[in-house]
Amino acid sequence: MLRVEDTQVSVEFSPELLNKFADVVTRYPAGKQKSALLPILHYVQAEFGWVSPQAMDKVAAYLDILPIEVYEVATFYTMYLLKPSGKYVLEVCRTGPCGVVGADKIMDHIEQTLGVPEGEVTADGLFSWRGVECLAACGYGPVLQIGPEYTFYENLTNESVDKLVSDLRAKAKN
Amino acid sequence: MGRKLLLEHINVPGINTFDVYRQKGGYASVEKALKTMTPEAIVEEVKKSGLRGRGGAGFPTGMKWSFLAKPEGVERYLVCNADESEPGTFKDRYLMTYIPHLLIEGMIVASFALGAKTSYIYVRGEMMPQIRILERAIAEAKAKGFLGKNILGSGYDLELYVQPGGGAYICGEETALLESLEGKRGNPRIKPPFPAIAGLYGCPTVVNNVESIAAVVPIINDGGDEYAKIGIGRSTGTKLISAGGNVKKPGVYEIDLGLPVEEFLYSDEYCGGIANGKRLKAVVAGGSSVPILPANLFMKTINNEPRLMSYESLADGGFVSGTMMGSGGFIAYDEDQCIVRNTWNFTRFYHHESCGQCSPCREGTGWMEKVLHRLEHGHGKMSDMDLLVDVSKKIEGNTICPLGDAAAWPVASAIRHFRDEFEWHVTNGAEATTRNFGLAHYADPLTVAATA
Repeated sequence: MLRVEDTQVSVEFSPELLNKFADVVTRYPAGKQKSALLPILHYVQAEFGWVSPQAMDKVAAYLDILPIEVYEVATFYTMYLLKPSGKYVLEVCRTGPCGVVGADKIMDHIEQTLGVPEGEVTADGLFSWRGVECLAACGYGPVLQIGPEYTFYENLTNESVDKLVSDLRAKAKN
Repeated sequence: MGRKLLLEHINVPGINTFDVYRQKGGYASVEKALKTMTPEAIVEEVKKSGLRGRGGAGFPTGMKWSFLAKPEGVERYLVCNADESEPGTFKDRYLMTYIPHLLIEGMIVASFALGAKTSYIYVRGEMMPQIRILERAIAEAKAKGFLGKNILGSGYDLELYVQPGGGAYICGEETALLESLEGKRGNPRIKPPFPAIAGLYGCPTVVNNVESIAAVVPIINDGGDEYAKIGIGRSTGTKLISAGGNVKKPGVYEIDLGLPVEEFLYSDEYCGGIANGKRLKAVVAGGSSVPILPANLFMKTINNEPRLMSYESLADGGFVSGTMMGSGGFIAYDEDQCIVRNTWNFTRFYHHESCGQCSPCREGTGWMEKVLHRLEHGHGKMSDMDLLVDVSKKIEGNTICPLGDAAAWPVASAIRHFRDEFEWHVTNGAEATTRNFGLAHYADPLTVAATA
């Protein structure tokens, strides 16, 4: 059961973000602005790290649709994070060919390296990780991606995962 | 050496930019179509080509286009289905990453043929890098006069947008994709009405896969008849096959339809054989939803003829000893792979991705996953296999969209062909999870012949 985290956070959309919203809405015919909902939720998540109930309410008001129309979309699609996550969310493909070439072992290694179970955030707030379904990179598995850019890392080994994690730690310090 | 209609220039440095793509002859089909052809003539060429939808269903593309309702005063839409999420399939990602203008070129020609003034490329949200690549390429094409108002002075206007999905395999189903594009949950619609009559915003709409739309470019450049000369029977043209699993050279290959599977799997031009000196145990030829085949059945048809990479040859023998072309997602399994584990992995995927709209799929996929999980973890019962077959039959054909069938077929086929391996799991309990299964009767016929 997906649950929207019940937190009281104040959400303000910056003028830059509102410009992005407005640009998306122009892609659809008049009166069909609800089509902008998925792209706008991506923008919200990229900005705030997750999609909070308060942000969803504000998106509903912006698009002139009911809040429930936003909730049902945000809870249906797996990309929208409904609770605060690490700055970097390592999403490991666990399906099909990635499974054949060792995705499970990579996930085990990530769990050990980060010291947190799937879905939890490291104490420094930098990382969380989860297994996700097929990422359509089946020839280059195991693979993982990291939002909000959704940068891809292919042909993973324990060593390449270690380097990735330490690079991200270094990046976060700078 | 197969022809390269789509991937000919894939390795040219800078081919992802407008200028280099144009230097290599890019956008010629737009010039030809908009300046010298009528929309009806374009549809006719696509019909002549025999092109079948490359997303998995294999429905004739030209026929699909000709079904589009054309009432006056009503908008019509072309939507490209780039929601590639079928395990084993990664050809569209490849094409969009390296040669995005090919897709945009095809979108312009197809939109003109269908009378669409606004078209969308619906890309799965996880492919954000590809979304950015496409948006950049669209901006370039627009700056050069190939999109927007009065394209090339033809009087034809077209706006093209990229729409990100939110992470849901079901949005690869065309009506679920349209729901998603309308900003809703990706719940498939009951058909009829088909999108050709009532699609996006209730308007006539065509939904085509990335590869299908890209194939329109060579069809218009060379003519439908030329395209139809490639391939075999009703499997015309070239096809992108994405090869993964335990092959030596995973990747995306363009083949002439009709290529023998043996050549695809073992020649150096393509997969190069099985990795690490192992032998082939099984193959999933067209993405996770198609029936899995043991090596010996994969290599030969029911009539003991060499199996070909064509829609008809792969399907020969029906679901008893054949499979499907599907999306061209090719997964090879070596002798060490556990079929029970793989079947559980696929079923977990379908359970996770079921939209929940139809009870047989929502409940059935979860039930199958639980049973397969206990089998895989050494807690199964001998009656589980019959139970799985029973549940799969109750899902198949009883849902609004084909996701139910897609979930049922891998389970039913795995038990049909590898029942002894499931039984071994029951008999040997937890030990079974670490077993190397060997080949037994799944033996790769090529290897057997070589060592006989």
